[in-house]
Amino acid sequence: MSKVKSLADLRKMRDELQTKVSLREKSDNPEKLVQVKVSMATCGIASGAKEVMNHMIEEMDRQAIEAIVTQTGCMGYCHAEPTIEVTLPGNDPVVFGHVDNTKANEIIEKYIIRGELVDGIIPVNYETVKENKNE
Amino acid sequence: MKDLSMHIMDIVQNSVRAEAANVTLSILIDEQWLTISVKDDGTGMDQETLKKVSDPFYTSRTTRKVGMGIPLIMQNAELTDGSTTLESELGVGTTLTAKFGLHHIDRPPMGDIESTAAMMITGNDGVNLKFIVKKGADEFAISTNEVKEAMGDVDIRLPQVTSFLKQMIEENLKELKIEFD
Repeated sequence: MSKVKSLADLRKMRDELQTKVSLREKSDNPEKLVQVKVSMATCGIASGAKEVMNHMIEEMDRQAIEAIVTQTGCMGYCHAEPTIEVTLPGNDPVVFGHVDNTKANEIIEKYIIRGELVDGIIPVNYETVKENKNE
Repeated sequence: MKDLSMHIMDIVQNSVRAEAANVTLSILIDEQWLTISVKDDGTGMDQETLKKVSDPFYTSRTTRKVGMGIPLIMQNAELTDGSTTLESELGVGTTLTAKFGLHHIDRPPMGDIESTAAMMITGNDGVNLKFIVKKGADEFAISTNEVKEAMGDVDIRLPQVTSFLKQMIEENLKELKIEFD
């Protein structure tokens, strides 16, 4: 019977990841990594945000893309859920709406890897929302 | 919400939004009930707010006018002859416990709890999420702090870490023969 994974295996994986020089340098400065935030409030979850986040994690793991994937609250775009915000190093954040697994693949292939914009961008206007601390 | 893991993600997000530093998500299975409990040390609510949260047209947000998360899980628990309790104290934290009839025909399936838990553990900055599953004498538990400790200076928000955790949770639950559906 195969051994069940444990925290000890996670430590082994840490050692493997640490040997990747670029990743080690970037871990000290997370702004040098691609950042993906998935809107995960009731509206997003009911529209499939959880599946999209899971898919993006699997896909970026498979393609060994160095990125940080986190969750965020409702950005007020309930009509366009699931929404994701992608920040490429040195660029302003871009929010994509109506993201399903197919769209997520397109965002990874074109925007995250090649930096080419794809359809479905929501114009940024949530600065005021952030100021109100009401994400 | 088509499955329980979606409800769980939603309720945990309430804790994250309440600025909790520690959130404990426990899933208990006994002969008759499947009990989901989310306990946080966030801002908590006063008694007046606590009375209003079961109203789907009440929310503390200004970005929208509805607050469906808690009403939806309450309704779903009641549909399975279960119940929901919500305890909260301002400045102390909140605990939501939802009890579902394990074998009730209207109980939604658990869904992909392995990836849901993994994403909650690594994907919420500044929150230590403890995930516990108990069935009889068997128990599996893991927390954000344990993962951070194991990863040292490597960022736990990397997709590789979340994918690993998902497999780890899946294998451990399988080993303990814990099945939800």
